[in-house]
Amino acid sequence: MISEQLLYSLAGIGLFAIGLRATLLHHMLLPRLLALNVCGAGVFLIFIAIAYAGVENMADPVPQALVLTGIVVAVSATAMALALGRRLEALKDE
Amino acid sequence: MSDAIIWVIMIPLLGSLISLTWSRYASFIAITSNMLALAASIIIVRQVYQSGPFIHQLGSWQTGLGISLRADALSSILLVMSMSVISAATFYASTYFTDAVKRARFWPLWLMLVVALNALLLSGDLFNLYVTLELLGLSAIALTALSDNRAALQAAIRYLSIGLLGSLVFLAGVALVYTGYGTLDLATLSNVVQASPLSQVAFGLMTAGLLIKSALFPLHFWLPSAHASAPAPVSAALSALVVKVAVYILLRLWIDVFDPVLTPFSAMLLGMLGAIAVIWGSWQALQAQRLKLMAAYSTVAQIGYLFIFLPLIVALPDGPLKDAAYTALLLMALTHGFAKSAFFLSAGVIQQYCGHDRIAELGGTARALPLTIFVIALSGVALIGLPPSGSFLGKWHLISSSLHAGQWWWVPVIAAGSILATAYVFRILGHAFAPGEGVDQVLKWGREEIPALILALLATLILGFGSAGLWDFVSQHNGFPGG
Amino acid sequence: MDIFDSLPLLILLSSLLPGLAIFLVREESHVLRTSLNLFGALTKLGLVGLMIWGVFHEWVSDMRWQIAPGLELVLHADALSVVFVTLSTVLWLVTTIYAIGYLEHSPHRSRFFGFFSLCVTATVGLALAGNLFTFVIFYELLTLATYPLVAHKGTPEAVRGARIYLTYTLGGGVLLLIGVVWLHTIAGPIDFQERGVLSDLTHLDPWTLRWIFLFMIIGLGVKAALFPLHGWLPQAMVAPAPVSALLHAVAVVKAGAFGIIRVVYDVFGVEYADALGLLPFLGAIAAFTIVYGSVKALSQDHLKRRLAYSTISQVSYIALGTAILGPLATIGGIVHLVHQGVMKITLFFAAGNYAETLGIHHVSEMDGVGRRMPATTLAFSIAALGMIGIPPIAGFISKWYLGLGALQAGAGLWVIPVLVASSLLNAAYFLPILYRAWFKPAVVKWPAEKPRSGRWEISGALMWPPVITAVLALLFGLFAGAPFSPLEWATLIATREY
Repeated sequence: MISEQLLYSLAGIGLFAIGLRATLLHHMLLPRLLALNVCGAGVFLIFIAIAYAGVENMADPVPQALVLTGIVVAVSATAMALALGRRLEALKDE
Repeated sequence: MSDAIIWVIMIPLLGSLISLTWSRYASFIAITSNMLALAASIIIVRQVYQSGPFIHQLGSWQTGLGISLRADALSSILLVMSMSVISAATFYASTYFTDAVKRARFWPLWLMLVVALNALLLSGDLFNLYVTLELLGLSAIALTALSDNRAALQAAIRYLSIGLLGSLVFLAGVALVYTGYGTLDLATLSNVVQASPLSQVAFGLMTAGLLIKSALFPLHFWLPSAHASAPAPVSAALSALVVKVAVYILLRLWIDVFDPVLTPFSAMLLGMLGAIAVIWGSWQALQAQRLKLMAAYSTVAQIGYLFIFLPLIVALPDGPLKDAAYTALLLMALTHGFAKSAFFLSAGVIQQYCGHDRIAELGGTARALPLTIFVIALSGVALIGLPPSGSFLGKWHLISSSLHAGQWWWVPVIAAGSILATAYVFRILGHAFAPGEGVDQVLKWGREEIPALILALLATLILGFGSAGLWDFVSQHNGFPGG
Repeated sequence: MDIFDSLPLLILLSSLLPGLAIFLVREESHVLRTSLNLFGALTKLGLVGLMIWGVFHEWVSDMRWQIAPGLELVLHADALSVVFVTLSTVLWLVTTIYAIGYLEHSPHRSRFFGFFSLCVTATVGLALAGNLFTFVIFYELLTLATYPLVAHKGTPEAVRGARIYLTYTLGGGVLLLIGVVWLHTIAGPIDFQERGVLSDLTHLDPWTLRWIFLFMIIGLGVKAALFPLHGWLPQAMVAPAPVSALLHAVAVVKAGAFGIIRVVYDVFGVEYADALGLLPFLGAIAAFTIVYGSVKALSQDHLKRRLAYSTISQVSYIALGTAILGPLATIGGIVHLVHQGVMKITLFFAAGNYAETLGIHHVSEMDGVGRRMPATTLAFSIAALGMIGIPPIAGFISKWYLGLGALQAGAGLWVIPVLVASSLLNAAYFLPILYRAWFKPAVVKWPAEKPRSGRWEISGALMWPPVITAVLALLFGLFAGAPFSPLEWATLIATREY
């Protein structure tokens, strides 16, 4: 039981680290944005793992609520970055 | 009356929604809602002054589940400063945008920025801080992109990706805090946090995220391009407020919540980075070719001063000396907020009348725009830290705190920073006084010059001579009530 | 004595408010601007008269305004501040009249007179400052208010001169600030007090105090143009003549010298400063500067540059008087604050008149100018002779008391030679000018002569100010023993300081 929680936590930390490394390495918008999303997924996974309290017990609702909010934020930020990128491309073509 | 803490967030939020649908009256709506929010922020300060820090549970949920709003001396003072800067910039912005499309896009975003600022300053738990920080970042980036040229868009994209990284790192730290303590409420945390590897990592992650947001050297690289290419009223808010609230969160975490985790070494490290930021930022400001870029680098330097206070506050014993250093830090932040926004608004006036903001070609502006150059000089005085300004008192206490704490090595940094600041401010004035045909028409008492004048007077005369009450207020009413 | 309590504030406001109003006056409204100027100057003069009366009768006036815990703005009138306030008020009136004549028809007059008034406000505030904190505030404000005046012409040289001025003075200001804050952290807030404050605080480490003194003297020495901090003064002579008068005689240089007097007498206490070994140090710098300035003045052909180096030398007499222990030297130093002011302002007024009327900027162009402009040249001659120390002009009194003071303190061995050497050098750079002006035949054509109009050699507003200040210099020497003369007042201060 504990080991499951630990496994997910470690996986979350791993994703976070992979995403972080890629974010710092890439300068193009799209790869960097993907990397940031991987990074974010790692953090959300950590939250989910924290909430987990065994198969029988109810999960802690607070971290799950936080993840929902976090996903909304991440989606809007990604959308905005893409919109900005498109606008920049359009300006380059002019 | 007691609901002012809700209204200060709700009014701009409603304003933002209404101005989105009713864009023809957007500037009127924005001015009205910001004036109302300013009034609400003043009521909040009065409440804190009369009955101490207080807490408001939204929808009467218990702490930990619902959203709780809190106000104490630090947050309420910063709230009033932020609403004053916003109100002045709003008046300025009402004549700034000539393009109808941009104007229609500006107001809803601008009011959303206000919502984020106010909600952030009144948040009492880590997750709400994260959400408001994101909301703030997103609206700031969208506003930066309003300039709609390549430089601005590139700056906005860089700002966005680095900002997103900063918030994710911060969020990872928040997750660890929840793992360790099962709560995110700051007041509760301040009673239970202990030094442990977990809290150290969590604290380190949150600090790293906030350092990115507050643009401390060497993480400042995204700031100059973004602040220099945004529209003038937006630059004013970015430099004066958006960067500063990240420092505010940092200060809260460092001084109020995580003080058991804090080591003198880490505080010293941040102080050192602050010292480098002072020198480096001022030096870059001296090299800058454009007025707004100079102002942006000057922000990097001014943020550095705030970080020099950290090792001093940590080192000084509890009591009047520590309180004085803490209040002086706040005074520096307030002065810089008013002065830098005044500077950016004036730079905007110059840009509109001359068609550019190249420093070397400012000749003749002292003749054509006397009031604007006067405002630049006044805010420059505040940036240097000369009397009469709030930052003179701030620097006075920075020097005396350094000597009291036995950390004399900050003193030469402060001296060098002041001399460099003198050089970059008076370089502008030297060019402005030189003869030249920058503009033909002489502008005296233009409507767009008044908001900047008021901000500059707040930074100099009001904070310089009238801030005596601040010291008692902060030492008596700071800190959140226990959860 | 309610009115007396608010007197320092009223004196400040009497130039601050007209100054702020002048900024708003339209460029063409000559009459309105002049009336504001003269109204402010005359009101201030009246108020200062009242203050002299009050201080003479030892009425205490003290205004305090809390700025932060432990930091108060204090305005306080004592005998020493009255000297400086009176000097700057009288000379401000004269200089304003001169400037009105000098800047006739030139652009940006509202800006000029606005800053001019702010500058005097800062000077008076500095004179009335009751503690180091207030002093530092006005000291920095003075720098800020004079910068636009030095840069006034807007030419590249003017902007460059102003930048050099600013670099020196604000750099010095930072050091002064550090010294003052340091003193605050070890000794708490310090109000100026006759006979000093620090001598009573015996627990303080003498070496820390010596370092603090060094910081403060460097900070003040920049404005007082002590060697090697004098470099800005010759550069700042690009400013218009009334501004030079202000820099050299009324405000800036004097502010530095006045600050040195304050620190030595009213913070450290002169006897304690001597016990710490600080006075010989200050005296050595002052003595060197006196000789150095005079030697440099010898080789300058540009008239205003020669006068600038002469100022460097002459102002150090004040520091020298401060550095010699004993009441007679104190009297010599303080009285020279006034005497140097009236004499040097005369010289700069005259130099301005030569440049304005005939286009003369260099000593070598002055042949026979005495016949063309007799009144101006007569005033110049009186002031120059006074600088050399010829009796009965004011400068003689200063040198006499400095010499006596040195003998009294047993320092005659090195002070008297300095005084003699300096006087010989003064003669060597002033007498040739007088010889040229009066005895050499006039050249056929002046460099840039303006057509003569009116009954005088030059318009009245330009001619009378130097004549008046020259007469003052003569009277201060002739009637040195009269009540309320500068000498008598300096004696009063000296008796209160020892």
